[in-house]
Amino acid sequence: MEVEEKQPRGIAEIVSIVEALVFVADEPITVKILAEVLEEDKETVEAAVEELKREYDERAGGLQLREIAGGWQISTRTEYHEEIRKFLKTRPSAKLSLAALETLAVIAYKQPVTVPEILEIRGVQSASAIKTLLDKKLITAKGRKETVGRPMMYGTSRDFLLQFGLKDLSELPSIEDFEDLAQGA
Amino acid sequence: MEQPEQLSFDFYKEQPRIVRESRDELRLKLGEFAGPLDLLLYLIKQEQANIFDIPIAKITDEYLKYIRLMKTLDISVAGDFLVMAATLIEIKSKMLLPNDVSEEAEEEMEDPREALVRQLLEHQKFKNAAQMLYERTTVEEAVFARGKIESDENNAETNATVFDLLSVFQRILARRVEEIQMEIEREEVSLAEMLNNLKRRVFEEKELSLLKFFEEMRSRREIVTAFFAILEIVRTENIKLTQSATFGDIILKKME
Repeated sequence: MEVEEKQPRGIAEIVSIVEALVFVADEPITVKILAEVLEEDKETVEAAVEELKREYDERAGGLQLREIAGGWQISTRTEYHEEIRKFLKTRPSAKLSLAALETLAVIAYKQPVTVPEILEIRGVQSASAIKTLLDKKLITAKGRKETVGRPMMYGTSRDFLLQFGLKDLSELPSIEDFEDLAQGA
Repeated sequence: MEQPEQLSFDFYKEQPRIVRESRDELRLKLGEFAGPLDLLLYLIKQEQANIFDIPIAKITDEYLKYIRLMKTLDISVAGDFLVMAATLIEIKSKMLLPNDVSEEAEEEMEDPREALVRQLLEHQKFKNAAQMLYERTTVEEAVFARGKIESDENNAETNATVFDLLSVFQRILARRVEEIQMEIEREEVSLAEMLNNLKRRVFEEKELSLLKFFEEMRSRREIVTAFFAILEIVRTENIKLTQSATFGDIILKKME
């Protein structure tokens, strides 16, 4: 076989391939993987992803392209959840309890954080909430703290980012932003 | 039917808004106070008090009333609530002590409420953060990614679980039951030998079909030994088990 000079792809073609790959990936797909498959540099792929996102936003159809848990994903828009549920015959899953959400908030902002530190902020024992969060894989153990009793430290997991629709932890609003609200109480 | 009025026996001077509520409603309401700090914030709000200038005597009374109420309703009062009660009483008594009027002392004296206020503010922030998380899940529940398609399941990189391993193992054992009827006693392979053998094979061949490996075994005992050797090698070596189809063969792969 002859060695053929590879034709450089146009940006439109790269955008199309990116769309195809994001569609078939069953997990959010990272720019790094896209770049590897396409054999293009990261900057080109990033530009293509941004272009694709712009196209999706402009069209404002049933689907959206969004960045979640460090990767890109095609998903439905929130507006159509009722029809989707009717078709899938599913109900929203059980919500986390107030105690579990509060514990999760403390862990998300203070990670890695130990049980005594959580107790300090919540003013209440959080063992069962922590168990629930571990069972739901929203948090994971992050080793032990080198202090008296070597308590276990906890942090949030990748599933946490997925379930709460976050790109990464930096997307969480700053905890200080909640202060103004607090003083208004 | 529960008569809410009965509650008033237990509390002299109970506030009408509490007595009016039915027992279940009240239980529900108390249940919402995930902890003593929640209850305290609620009471401060009820009194429309300034969080930086808590009327500690009034709030302490209210707090203790709730604790008594919880006890009467057979709601087990967690230790955390009692600890807070003690803290409140301590602050209250400190504030009742006559102030040292000397200028010097005044400057240095810390408001006994300060630590509590700091804790309440910190707690309030995280309560708001929890609210934000709650709103996020509500939005996320309305978002759907595409459903699983066939190729996801057939992905060769799907990790085989110990159950997949067991089912392959069982199939081979079942086949062997018929084949080996007469068995002449022969030298059995030990687990250590089997493990060495398996390691050598995997390192030489890079990929090893488990079905093939099991087929080479001469007795049930050897198959069982081989099974343990596989579990061991996966645990100790950098080796991955992959399965390309449900109930299909499992490939042992040496990772780089």
